[in-house]
Amino acid sequence: MTQIYAYIPFANGTAEDVALEYPSAAKKIDAGATLTAVVAGTGADLDKVANAMTAVYKEVIKIDNAAMAYPNAEIVRKALVSVLPADAIVLAPHNTFGMDLAPGLSIKMNSAYAADIVDIEGIEGSSLKLIRQELGGAVSTHVTTDISAGAVITIRPGAFAPVEGGSAGGSVTDKSADAGDLSAKRKFLEVVEAEVGDVDITKSDVLVSIGRGIEEEENIAIAQELADAMKAVVSCSRPIVDAKWLEKSRQVGTSGQTVKPKVYMAMGISGSFQHLGGIKGNPFIVAVNKNPKAPIFQVADVGIVENILEFMPALTEAINEL
Amino acid sequence: MEILVCVKRVPDTAENEFELNSAGNDLDRDDLVYSVNEWDNYAVEEAIQIVDKIGGNVTVVTVGDDESEEVLRREMAMGANNGILLTDDAFEGSDGKGIATILKAEVEKGKYDLIMTGAQADEGAGQVGGMLAAMLDLPYASLVNKIEPGEGKIKVGREIEGGNQEMNEIELPCVVSIQTGINEPRYVGIRGIRKVASVEIPEKGASDLGVDASAVGEAGAKTKRVDYFVPDLGDGAEMLEGSTDEIITALIEKLKAKGGL
Repeated sequence: MTQIYAYIPFANGTAEDVALEYPSAAKKIDAGATLTAVVAGTGADLDKVANAMTAVYKEVIKIDNAAMAYPNAEIVRKALVSVLPADAIVLAPHNTFGMDLAPGLSIKMNSAYAADIVDIEGIEGSSLKLIRQELGGAVSTHVTTDISAGAVITIRPGAFAPVEGGSAGGSVTDKSADAGDLSAKRKFLEVVEAEVGDVDITKSDVLVSIGRGIEEEENIAIAQELADAMKAVVSCSRPIVDAKWLEKSRQVGTSGQTVKPKVYMAMGISGSFQHLGGIKGNPFIVAVNKNPKAPIFQVADVGIVENILEFMPALTEAINEL
Repeated sequence: MEILVCVKRVPDTAENEFELNSAGNDLDRDDLVYSVNEWDNYAVEEAIQIVDKIGGNVTVVTVGDDESEEVLRREMAMGANNGILLTDDAFEGSDGKGIATILKAEVEKGKYDLIMTGAQADEGAGQVGGMLAAMLDLPYASLVNKIEPGEGKIKVGREIEGGNQEMNEIELPCVVSIQTGINEPRYVGIRGIRKVASVEIPEKGASDLGVDASAVGEAGAKTKRVDYFVPDLGDGAEMLEGSTDEIITALIEKLKAKGGL
């Protein structure tokens, strides 16, 4: 029987949303599989999360060690290798922690690795068929992975439907004694909080958000004029911050700000999942992009295939004439 | 500091509209524009800046075919001192573990203090750096957006959710994957490329590296791509069409209705 272990990331005593998404993914792998939550950390926060997980998972493994007070992936990896069976299927999130943990975990467990899975077709023999994306979401692919000696699979947060918790009636097994040597050559020092910028984009009902399509730093003025006409604020996608054209505090996405506007104007933004992950509250999304195949058109409410450098000034002018 | 940067030649997402071939199972690759993986440019720039500051050498390495040589030359034009091309028919079809296995063999032939990869490449898995570190039993940090060199160790910042940065101290030698935005990669002009056009770039195959050909390539891959496809995502956006004036009139009505104006 397939044994699936779901690594539960948490902070401040609360599990991340992906904890409720794993059961849907596990069911798609093999509806008959046993699914066990694995919670690693220390102290009261760990106990709180482990107990909360018994409402969702029948079996919960707890690994308590002071070395994991902060989830240093190098240390968590060692603990998981010691505690989990070698042929386990391990689920982790494809986020900044999962990307730190999972590739090395697959090597140390000598198992297959499949990253950033967005859907699962199921098992045939020893082969698991999965769906992922490439090229920034421009194309999807089917991949098969040989799970006969176990597998580490990272799933994209938000890609699988969350389950309703509350009725699993599970129990917690303490495996702290099996964690083994947790020394590491990487030491966590501190988390440096994001700097507060000149404008708080999270407070604005309307965002004019720019991406690579803006092409040149001086063109940002064109977006600012549109934002002024709409009484909106200019935000952006990652490449604009990487180019140092706008402050990090203006960036929408999982590695930037999470925004909940009423209207989101995606101007020359292709629409990577990391960017979309920062847009919550189901806003009305208008996408303008000269590439008709841009992934943003799959999630936008209204799409316009135009060059933003020509479209934005025309729209600004029309709004100012209202 | 001796630094090895692992780079990859990839289809350029900024320069291509990706379409499927007529069979519908692969990209139409006839007219694709390739370039060096964006993340790798940041890694090479970071390596050059470290060496400029404290001395050492930057070597760039890639696993690929003859055409991958151009990305090595490009990174050497940026300022990398050496290039190495790992190429063999047996490497074709490698999964992430296969690529890491090939790179590990090359790493063990040199003496590197710091090994860098881009945080991810065209396939978006972000896997090779972490695998390589685990195979070499070296410490690893992913998504690095700051490096401060020190004695026998470095201080690295990792990009984590919400724009926050996780600071770590990591012993050398180590492997790090570099996130975009860590620096501003220098521009490479035609003249820079010409300067390194005749520099010898050694090529190494499976037997040179002592890599078991059955452990890499298609034969050794546990995870394999079956096909490419464009998913049916339902309705998607309502596309506004017509003249720009017509589109703007329609859009303004919608924005008024939704609270945008």
